[in-house]
Amino acid sequence: MSARINLRKMQIHQTGVIRSVKATGELGRRIRDMGLVPNTEVQVVGRAPLKDPVALRIMDFTITLRNNEADYITVEIKED
Amino acid sequence: MVQHITAALAGNPNCGKTTLFNALTGARQHVGNYPGVTVEKRSGTVKSGETLMDVVDLPGTYSLTAYSPEELVARDFIVDERPQVVINIIDATSLERNLYLTIQFMELGAPMVLALNMMDAVKKQGKTIDVDLLSSLLGVPVVETIARTGAGKHELIQRTISFIREKKEDWTPLHISYGPFLDPALGEMEKIIQEQKFLTDRFPVRWTALKYLEFDEQIMAMGQQSGGDVHGRLTALVKEISDRCMQTLEVEPDAIIADYRYGHIAAMMKRGVVKRDITRQRIHLSDTIDRVVTNQFLGPFIMLATLYGIFQVTFPIGEIPMGWVEAFFEWLAAMALVSIPPGFVQSLVVDGVIGGVGGVMGFVPLIMVMFMAITILEDLGYMARMAYMMDRVFRMFGLHGASLMPFIVSGGIPGGCAVPGVMAARTLRSPKEKLATILTAPFMNCGAKVPVFLLLAAAFFPENAAGVMFGMTILSWVVVLLVAKLLRSTVIRGEATPFVMELPPYRMPTFRGVLMHTWERAWQYMKKAGTVILGISILIWAAMTFPGIPEDLSSQLQARQTAVEARMAAVADKSEIQLQLHEELVSIENQRAQTALRYSFAGRLGSFFEPVTRLAGFDWRTNIALLGGFAAKEVIVSSLGTAYSLGAVDAQASDSLGSRLAADSLWSPVTALSLMVFVLLYAPCFVTVAVISRETSWKWAAFSVIFNTSLAFTLAAGVYQVGRVLF
Repeated sequence: MSARINLRKMQIHQTGVIRSVKATGELGRRIRDMGLVPNTEVQVVGRAPLKDPVALRIMDFTITLRNNEADYITVEIKED
Repeated sequence: MVQHITAALAGNPNCGKTTLFNALTGARQHVGNYPGVTVEKRSGTVKSGETLMDVVDLPGTYSLTAYSPEELVARDFIVDERPQVVINIIDATSLERNLYLTIQFMELGAPMVLALNMMDAVKKQGKTIDVDLLSSLLGVPVVETIARTGAGKHELIQRTISFIREKKEDWTPLHISYGPFLDPALGEMEKIIQEQKFLTDRFPVRWTALKYLEFDEQIMAMGQQSGGDVHGRLTALVKEISDRCMQTLEVEPDAIIADYRYGHIAAMMKRGVVKRDITRQRIHLSDTIDRVVTNQFLGPFIMLATLYGIFQVTFPIGEIPMGWVEAFFEWLAAMALVSIPPGFVQSLVVDGVIGGVGGVMGFVPLIMVMFMAITILEDLGYMARMAYMMDRVFRMFGLHGASLMPFIVSGGIPGGCAVPGVMAARTLRSPKEKLATILTAPFMNCGAKVPVFLLLAAAFFPENAAGVMFGMTILSWVVVLLVAKLLRSTVIRGEATPFVMELPPYRMPTFRGVLMHTWERAWQYMKKAGTVILGISILIWAAMTFPGIPEDLSSQLQARQTAVEARMAAVADKSEIQLQLHEELVSIENQRAQTALRYSFAGRLGSFFEPVTRLAGFDWRTNIALLGGFAAKEVIVSSLGTAYSLGAVDAQASDSLGSRLAADSLWSPVTALSLMVFVLLYAPCFVTVAVISRETSWKWAAFSVIFNTSLAFTLAAGVYQVGRVLF
C-alpha cells in the first residue's frame, strides 16, 4: 500500500493513480472531460518555469493544470 | 437524381478535424458565424457521383456540456438541424479520451461514422488498433484516415454515403448503465419524462434525465419554460439523489456520470482494441522536445528568441508586398488626379476613397505574414507551450497564458499592429480573459505610433532617443497589465476560467492548412475595409476638407499667389530669384492647406476642444492631428505637418517638422512627453475598433474608444501638469 498525496505535491517524473477528484461545477467538468477521473494513471512530465502550471501525461496525451486546480485531485503514488 | 445529405464533422480540438475538413471539401467552403455567438461556422460541399454532401465543421470540443459557446453550438446543431450523419474524427493516438465525446453523441442517438485519424502517428508509437473490433463494439462504421496526406478520405466519403443509404431505423440513443446509485433514479425520471412527453420532441428521454442530473443550465432552463410540474418534480428528484451521492460517495452525480462513461470506454478497451508493442518502450518525441523547449531555465529564453525572431522576419518580409500595395494605390491616385478634373470630386476620390482604403489595404500583406507565423506556431503546438510557460505571470493580472501572443503581435515588441493582435486573441478559450486581452492589446506600441515617438524623441530628447523608445515600450506593458487587472476586478469581474488545457504533440503544419487559414483572415479583414472603413475614410476626409477656406482669406492668398507668379514670369529661367519665388509659392500653398484645415470641421472641433486639451498641453493643431490619428495613427505626423503649414510631412523624414516644433514656444520636452503618453494610450485606430467590434460587440468597441481616450487624457494631463511644476 502506498501513500495518497495531493497532485500538487507530486515530483517531476513521478507516476501515480488518481483516487479522487473533488472539484465541482465547471472546473470539475473540465477536469473530467480531459480524462482526469479516478483509476487513471498520471505522470508529472514537467512544470512551467515558475513551478505552476504542471504538465501531466495521462492516457497517451499531455495536459496542463494550475496548481490550485491540482489541489482537488488525490493521487496514489506508484512505487518503483 | 442528385441526393442531398448533410453531415456534421465533430471531434476534439487538435484531432486534425480542420485538416480533414480541408482535405474533404477543398476550396469549396464558406466561413461564417453561428447566429448570436462569435464561434466560427465553416461549411463546404463534397460531390461524389450522384450525391452532394454538405459538410458542417462543428467547433472542436471535448464534451457536450453547456459550459462553453463551442459546446453549446455543437450540441444545438446536432439537435436542431438533425444532420443525417455525424462524422466523428478521433485522434487515434489518444483513443480513450476522444471516445468520451463519441459516447456523448451516441447517447443523443445521432447516426455516426467514426474517422480514426492520425493512423500514421499510431504506427510510429508502436501501437495497432483493431478497427473491426472497435466498429463492432461501438456498432458504427469506422474508417482509418491520415488527414495530413488525405489518405482514407475517399473511403470515408463512400462509407458515409452507403451508411446513410442502408441505415433503416431512426435515431437510436445509446444506453449506458450508470450504476446502482444513478440507474434507479434515472429510471424514475425517465418514466416521468416519457409520460408527460417532456421535451421529447427535441431530446431522447434518458438524455434529458442525464442532463438534469448533470445540472445542465440550458436544458433546465428549457424545462422550466415548458411549463407544467415536470421540471419541479425532476429537480426535486435530482436534489434528493445528489444529496445521497454527496453523503455516501462525497461526489456529485455529474462526477459519477463521467466515471461511468469512462468506465464504459475502458471496458471496450479491455477487449483488446489497442495493442502496444511492449518490446519497444518508446519515448514520445514530443516529450524529448519539451524537455528542452519548456525547460525551466532554457524555456523562457527560447520563447523570447522565437518571438523576437518572428518580428525580425515578419516585418521585413511584410514590408515588401506592403510597398507593392502602396505603390499600386499611389498609381491609382495618380491616375485619378489625371482623369478627374480638380475640385471636390477629385479630392474625394484621391484623398478620401483611395487614400483611406489604400492606407487600410496596405496592412493586408502584414496581416497575412503575421498570421502565417501565428498559424504555424499554433499548428506546430508551440503556442500552447508558450501559454503554459507564461500563465503564472499573466494570471496575476486576471489574464491567461495565451494572452501573450495577442500582446506581442499588437506591439509588445515595438512595431506590431493591434489589428492582427486582436484577431490573434481568438485562440483564447476563456471568455473573460479573452475580452480583457482584446481590450488592452491596443495599448501596445504599434508600428504606426513609432514614427510619432521617433519624431518627438529626436526633436526634444536628441541625446536619449533610444531611452525614450524603451521607456514607451515599458510604459505600454505596465499600462496593459494594470488596466487588465482593473478591468478584471470591475467590469469583467469573475473567477479565472479553468486552465485545464491540452499540450498537443508537436506536429508539422500542413502547407495548405496554413495558406487557407491565412487567406481567410486576410479576406475577412479586406471585406471590413471595403465597407465600414470606406465609409469612415470618407467621413474623416469630409471633416478635414469642408467647409473650406472663407472667401476673404482665400482671395488674399490668391492675390499673393498671382503677384508672385507675375514676378516669376518677369525673371529669367533658373536664376536665383526664380528659385526663391518658387519657394514662396510653395509656402503660400502650404499656408492655404493650413488655413483650409483650420477652418474645416476637424479644425473647428480641434479649436473647440483646445480649452480642455490645454490641460495636457495640446493646441488646436495637435488636436487635429490626433483626430486624424483615429483613422490611422500614421496620419498624426502628416497632419501635424499640414497644421504647421509645412505641407503633408512624410512620416519617414520628419526632421523639418521636428525642428519646427522644437523652436515653437508652445512646445517643450514636457509637452512632447505628454503627447507621447496620449498617443500611446488613446482610442485605437478605427480599423482596430472595427475588429474589436467583430470579435466582441459594438458596445465593447465603443467602450475601448471612450475608456482609452479618457485614460490617455488623464495620464497625459498628469504628466504635463506635474512636469510643468518640476521643470
